[in-house]
Amino acid sequence: MTGLAPEKTAEPSVQPPNRRAPRRATGPGFRPSPAGPGVDAPSTLTRVLSGIRHTFSSPKYGPVLVTLLLFIAVFVAGGLRYNGFFSGQVLLNLFVDNAYLIVLAVGMTFVIITGGIDLSVGAVVAMSTMIAASLLQGGWPPGVVIPLILVLTSLLGLLVGLMIHVFEVQPFIATLAAMFLARGLCYVISKDSISIVDPFFVSFAQTRIPLGGGLSITPSVIIALVVVLAAVWVLQYTRFGRTVYALGGSEQSGMLMGLPTARTKVLVYVISGLCSGIAGVLFTFYTLSGYSLTAVGTELDAIAAVVIGGTLLTGGYGFVLGSVLGVLVLGIIQTIITFEGTLSSWWTKIFIGGLLLVFIILQKVLTAKRR
Amino acid sequence: MNATIGKLAANRLFWPVVMLLALFAINLVAFPGFFAITIKDGHLFGSLIDILRNGAPMLIIAIGMTLVIATRGIDLSVGAICAIAGAVACSILLGSSDPSNPATVAVAIAVAVGISLLLGVWNGFLVAVLGIQPIIATLILMTAGRGVAMLITEGQILTVNSPPFKAIGSGFWVGVPIAVVIAAVVFAVAALITRRTALGLMIESVGINPEASRQAGVRARGLLFAVYTFCAFCAAIAGIILTANQTAADANNTGLFIELDAILAVVIGGTSLMGGRYSLTGTLVGALVIQTLVTTVYTVGIPPIATMVFKAAVVTVVCLLQSPATTAAFASWRRTAALRTAGKEMAA
Repeated sequence: MTGLAPEKTAEPSVQPPNRRAPRRATGPGFRPSPAGPGVDAPSTLTRVLSGIRHTFSSPKYGPVLVTLLLFIAVFVAGGLRYNGFFSGQVLLNLFVDNAYLIVLAVGMTFVIITGGIDLSVGAVVAMSTMIAASLLQGGWPPGVVIPLILVLTSLLGLLVGLMIHVFEVQPFIATLAAMFLARGLCYVISKDSISIVDPFFVSFAQTRIPLGGGLSITPSVIIALVVVLAAVWVLQYTRFGRTVYALGGSEQSGMLMGLPTARTKVLVYVISGLCSGIAGVLFTFYTLSGYSLTAVGTELDAIAAVVIGGTLLTGGYGFVLGSVLGVLVLGIIQTIITFEGTLSSWWTKIFIGGLLLVFIILQKVLTAKRR
Repeated sequence: MNATIGKLAANRLFWPVVMLLALFAINLVAFPGFFAITIKDGHLFGSLIDILRNGAPMLIIAIGMTLVIATRGIDLSVGAICAIAGAVACSILLGSSDPSNPATVAVAIAVAVGISLLLGVWNGFLVAVLGIQPIIATLILMTAGRGVAMLITEGQILTVNSPPFKAIGSGFWVGVPIAVVIAAVVFAVAALITRRTALGLMIESVGINPEASRQAGVRARGLLFAVYTFCAFCAAIAGIILTANQTAADANNTGLFIELDAILAVVIGGTSLMGGRYSLTGTLVGALVIQTLVTTVYTVGIPPIATMVFKAAVVTVVCLLQSPATTAAFASWRRTAALRTAGKEMAA
């Protein structure tokens, strides 16, 4: 997808200076902004403080920072409460256990920034696990199976995107149809769980990459992080990425400006499909089986992570890294509930619902102030 | 002739009805006794009755959903509300000394409906007062609601033994399944209240342009509260029917995905998710299409697990047929046909 995005041309100079100001004010190398010289400058401290206030109350950065603080607070609270919580491995396990969800949330971020939604991702993950398991069982080499899955899921995304763009079907309904289709195809392939014994998949699932100090991660984490980095690059530094934001801001304006809105709108669903495929492969590594009922409701987790990560559901604002943070917050809540032991698993759902509420109200307050 | 077909095709109910008739035709070929309705022990039996009875909970929810969607909203939490209502009713029945007493059942249902109304008010509060996008506002309750239902049932499947409660799900009244009677009453009440008063018009106006309707003196806030509360009410009734049918409250599976089926029923029935014009009759047809499809898959002998693929196909076809692009194509075809007829008349 990145191939379609042409090289950027002198874009930093196009950005209005007031957009840059808040980011620079909180950056590590804080320097007085050149925008407002002259009139007796307030002390550096006040300016830093006002910069911080400005950043926290901006719809763009505020929710992400709150999520970051929440994550740190929960991590510290967990560390104070439970023995053995304060370890690097607990932190790394958040990535290990949620690698597939990170990839899903990345794809979902693209869609939600354009103001759309993708309900099909959970079902597509399940479909990917089923395709992988059944083809591997049939003796197909992994080198063919994995690319095939990615192509198929991207194709499904393309169909959804075309349905949304050409036939003006609501994203909600179009992706719902894709969800039914993917889930139904799972059952058509097999209604029973198929386990995977392919040596490549097994070795991939069991490999741990040592990081020193007794810490380790899985190769899936690396793949997830590569996806995240690629997504950050595409969204922040390519023309395509800017068009994605423009679509969420106002599709009409984007079109009038001559942006390729049609192509972009279809492509975000292809990206989401591709990410679902990658997530499906990672999930297969994680569970080493294909099962048609896996990942039910994962689309809600992905949407929740994106929202908690500060992406505005009306589109236009959001960061991939915020969504990663959102996944980590969901993961750490689960970890806390595991550590607590006496809390039942359904508390996870209630906590996630409560968190969603808090973040949505926060977004509402922040955006209302700006308008 | 062409012009007549064109005019019919322009009607919103055209494609859903065609789809329903096509499904009926498939059934008639595959299963000649499809339309037969027999009377056994004074009760009606037959495939059509089964479709109505099994589709009743979804239809009830779809009625509430239609009004919500007409205000340009959506309610994803209905499935969770179903589970909560079922869990509340069953836990009250289990806690009582005499679950077979109709009065106990009435209390259980009243409490379950009451709690669901509160949940509906909560949804309405998020949407109308805080101004949160409906899809997200109700996503909160969709996620947390199942957790709450699990909390009520303590993670167990609560099985109750109460004949009057069971009757709601599988009993008959004058030969007709009680669930169907309830659905008919809800449909009639919703249709009467919104179509015989100005309420429906106001709901549509809020859906088309909230700001303009506010300036015209429509109290959007109160209306939004009303539609979300009504939708939660419908969900509670449906949840009680579902639970009564199984005589057990299963917090995880009661009403699972029913919100999606209900939304599909509304969309197939020609009500746009963009709000505004709605059609309760369309929703009825949409719900029948979905339920007939499920039944057809069973009767034709396709493995029931493949139902979802067919559902996806039907949704896609109906949505594409109703899309602006298709409508425009049909309109131009109609114009060409009319011109050709006019041309022939001129020549003659």
